[in-house]
Amino acid sequence: MKVLSLNFLTCAVKACKSTTGSYPLHPKDAELVEDNLEVNSELLLNIMPRIDWPALSTTATELGFPSLPAQPPTKEELEADEKMLRDLHHLLMETQMMEGKLVCGNCGHEYAVREGIANFLLPAHLV
Amino acid sequence: MSRPEDTLSADVHYDDTEARKYTTSSRIQNIQASMTHRALELLDLPSPSLILDVGCGSGLSGEILSSLSPEEGGPHVWIGMDVSASMLDVALQRDVEGDLLLADIGQECPSAPEHSMPPSASARSNGCAMPRNNEQKKMITGAAVKAGFGAGLLEDDPDTKNAKLYLVLTVGAAVVDGKSGDITGVVQGMEGVDVMDARNRGKAGSGEIKKGSKAWIVKKKEQMERKGKVVKATSKYTGRKRRVAF
Repeated sequence: MKVLSLNFLTCAVKACKSTTGSYPLHPKDAELVEDNLEVNSELLLNIMPRIDWPALSTTATELGFPSLPAQPPTKEELEADEKMLRDLHHLLMETQMMEGKLVCGNCGHEYAVREGIANFLLPAHLV
Repeated sequence: MSRPEDTLSADVHYDDTEARKYTTSSRIQNIQASMTHRALELLDLPSPSLILDVGCGSGLSGEILSSLSPEEGGPHVWIGMDVSASMLDVALQRDVEGDLLLADIGQECPSAPEHSMPPSASARSNGCAMPRNNEQKKMITGAAVKAGFGAGLLEDDPDTKNAKLYLVLTVGAAVVDGKSGDITGVVQGMEGVDVMDARNRGKAGSGEIKKGSKAWIVKKKEQMERKGKVVKATSKYTGRKRRVAF
């Protein structure tokens, strides 16, 4: 599962949705794999406005990446700075979480990740 | 057409053998491919985007999303959700590029709410639905409108057993480049699409027919005729007042 997807996930428990602690989910015992993908600059520019930057910073730090700048780069900055684009591509697209757990900061529920697939099916008592 | 959901829920029905059968069937592959291309045509994405495939199954549609050439606006990056672990297992073996999630859209979904909305000021999303009858169609579009979307249905090959129904949801700007922001704008310029806009209908003719008028009498006569009663023929004298005798 890409770090990009992590930026779009929150806890599936209904009571957690409205709390701030449930987003982003915190990776635990994460086993990361790196892929080599071609940089798709257009795509990155397209999705930048949709990315929750503070959440991405949190995830990146928890996964052991060097900390990100406090402010998200603007479109112009990204277009001008190829290294920044490459770094962002590396973090969002190429880094994959294969095994581990995603933990909700609010209820503490752990979602297992196996072979890159996160299991968001809830046990019956949480539905 | 038999529907698997009539007998079992999707996560039970699509076990390992069913998932493999589904994915390797060339008929299903063809249908999925044509529906994906149609959906992309409706979405009209100019550049690579992030797409959520709800009910991605073994990633048949996702494969097409990843394989689009830059001229066609691709390749898109996608996240797939499905309730059947076996389907996702097949997707894994097929080495699809999108991210997969095991989740039930009937339960709560794990997508972060502020992200679920499409990105730009005017945006659309679409899905392929399988409603059984008109009532279900109404229910689906009604729910979409309640949730704040503009909803419209596009039906391919209507009145055949291959009928395919696409639900087109639109958000935002009312008019974009001279096209209206709802489904009629989306299908504008597409070949062979008839627009049947129920919003325009009914303004002219739906007013109650006045009791005692000629139209009312004719309607009543038709009703009686349908019941099998003997009814006098309708002529220019029908419904006229008699001349005053004195």
